[in-house]
Amino acid sequence: MTGAAAITAAIEAANADGRPALVPFITAGYPDRQEFAQHLQVLSGCGDVVEVGVPFTDPLADGVTIQRSSEAALKAGVSLDWILTTLQQSAADRAAPVILMSYLNPLLAMGYEQLAERCIAAGVAGFIVPDLPWEESAPLRAALEPRGLALVQLVSPVTTADRMKMLCEASAGFVYAVTVTGVTGGNKPVNESAILDYLDRVRSVSPIPVCAGFGIREASQVEQIGLHAEGVIVGSALVEVLEQGGDARAFLQSLGGKQHD
Amino acid sequence: MNATIDNAEQLLAALVAGELPDRNGRYGPFGGRYVPETLVDAFSRLEDGVNRWLHDAEFRAELQMELRHWVGRPTPLSHAPRLSREWGAEVWLKREDLAHTGAHKINNAIGQALLARRLGVKRIVAETGAGQHGVASAAACARVGLPCEVYMGEIDMARQAPNVDRMKRLGARVVAVTSGDRTLRAAIDESMREWVSSPSDTYYLLGSAVGGHPYPYLVRELQSVIGREARQQMIDQAGTLPDVAVACVGGGSNAIGLFHPFVDAASVQLLGVEAGGHGSGLGEHSATVVHGSPGVLHGTYSLLLHDADGQIQETHSISAGLDYPGVGPEHALLAATGRASYTVADDATALDALNEVCALEGILVALETAHAFAGAREFARANPGAKILVGVSGRGDKDLGTLLEHSV
Repeated sequence: MTGAAAITAAIEAANADGRPALVPFITAGYPDRQEFAQHLQVLSGCGDVVEVGVPFTDPLADGVTIQRSSEAALKAGVSLDWILTTLQQSAADRAAPVILMSYLNPLLAMGYEQLAERCIAAGVAGFIVPDLPWEESAPLRAALEPRGLALVQLVSPVTTADRMKMLCEASAGFVYAVTVTGVTGGNKPVNESAILDYLDRVRSVSPIPVCAGFGIREASQVEQIGLHAEGVIVGSALVEVLEQGGDARAFLQSLGGKQHD
Repeated sequence: MNATIDNAEQLLAALVAGELPDRNGRYGPFGGRYVPETLVDAFSRLEDGVNRWLHDAEFRAELQMELRHWVGRPTPLSHAPRLSREWGAEVWLKREDLAHTGAHKINNAIGQALLARRLGVKRIVAETGAGQHGVASAAACARVGLPCEVYMGEIDMARQAPNVDRMKRLGARVVAVTSGDRTLRAAIDESMREWVSSPSDTYYLLGSAVGGHPYPYLVRELQSVIGREARQQMIDQAGTLPDVAVACVGGGSNAIGLFHPFVDAASVQLLGVEAGGHGSGLGEHSATVVHGSPGVLHGTYSLLLHDADGQIQETHSISAGLDYPGVGPEHALLAATGRASYTVADDATALDALNEVCALEGILVALETAHAFAGAREFARANPGAKILVGVSGRGDKDLGTLLEHSV
């Protein structure tokens, strides 16, 4: 199975279980480099797809939590090279597909061909690249698509109807529906009817599962959004739990994650 | 700089013909639009607005009127007799320091503010490094009647306190940026985050020829008034074109404004002077073209100061306005094709040049501009008798605190 197909299949399996897929996000190597592999194992036990953030110095689409975690991870020496090496070493321990969230420049710096090869070796299933709009994505796709790696497209509440359809058809693995016009980790309510209508619109034009992200922190949100999307992405709230030394497994299970490792 | 261009002549011909940026916002390999999906629609609307208004007769007439009667254009071209004697060259100064608010930034700010008003936005956000773009934005927003929020790194706020006060008096809200490197780069990050949060009713008034398409084009077009005037003034006053046009380069807006109208004049060399800081190692300077390599930052593919992992590096310059790890994509093209050359002036050399210009010509230039003078002086030494046009990007009142700190 290709990486893209594995992501879709994991989300569909959760839905077949009668629940929205849970996609937990962590910044690689944060809050502690040594515990990264262990965190990954917990997350892949509770989550259906795991999103691993590649820290970047200028994370434009992210709010304070992920910004802070990126800065600390970089200071601790986390790099894309280290992340891929660690993922490769721990590939056998993971139950869920891993998708990397990275800004473009670290990917460019590694070189797309080398990146794609190393992702295959590390068991990475695909990418989310928040500063890479579809129009600029051909060079990266040329490296990812032949290897079956997914490039997940994002849509937002201000994406026009025609463009939304185009992006959903172009996406692989799932479609990332950003729930707010803003950065990650916001406190705006994300279960208002306008947002739910928007998710219904995305879903109506998407041939693949839709996962909603940005600002999701509570079980009630997961429950309600789960009626309008195939999955939810939980980032900043989980990063905060981890940085406070909390129990990631208990948190994710409280959100409706898988109940077994 | 390790970008290579195979078809330099073709690309330069296209640039001269007005065909660059192309429809994808590219200057050869550089440029483009690398922005979050939330901003794609806002960028598209901006591009539509630029295409519709920038060369519209009514808009041009309004802009011309503001440039003439509010900004104070054309700015003079001053012959610099004592510098000329000292350097053994013929030195001419294009005086953007005499524009309203004291720097070239106002050309761009008033143009974009007029555009924003036509786009029907409710407010403007801007970032600033040295404070000159913040002051220009605040003034332009007051002029067109739009509320303005200026993001500024807290380090820059400390070193440019008088400009912070000016912005506030002009009605802007100044937001201190405490994240990242707490200078211009972090201020751009925060402005873009703010824009992402309300893309429909906010206009981002970007201060340099950087960012995703169409900003580098928009800023170049608005700043090219500098080079167009200077070219005509050189012919009128000196009777000939200069041998070289020299400008300081941070993001590169004043330099591209001076250079672009001379790109087709093969006899005119174009020389950009970057901030050499206090060394050539990463973190010790802001010399993006001289020491950088290609990558993506703030929406554009251009030359950057970043490490082997693609992480953007901190920069240093005595001049807040040059303290930025990227450069506009048109400069990257000019450098890669060899049409313009780029050099560095370090902090001490820039301070020395500032003192020389002050003493010999009675002009206190900005620390940014002092780098251009340092580069021009080097050029004069190597080319005796040359006719040198220096872009005086701004006045130096704002830098008095820094000058006092350095006992100069």
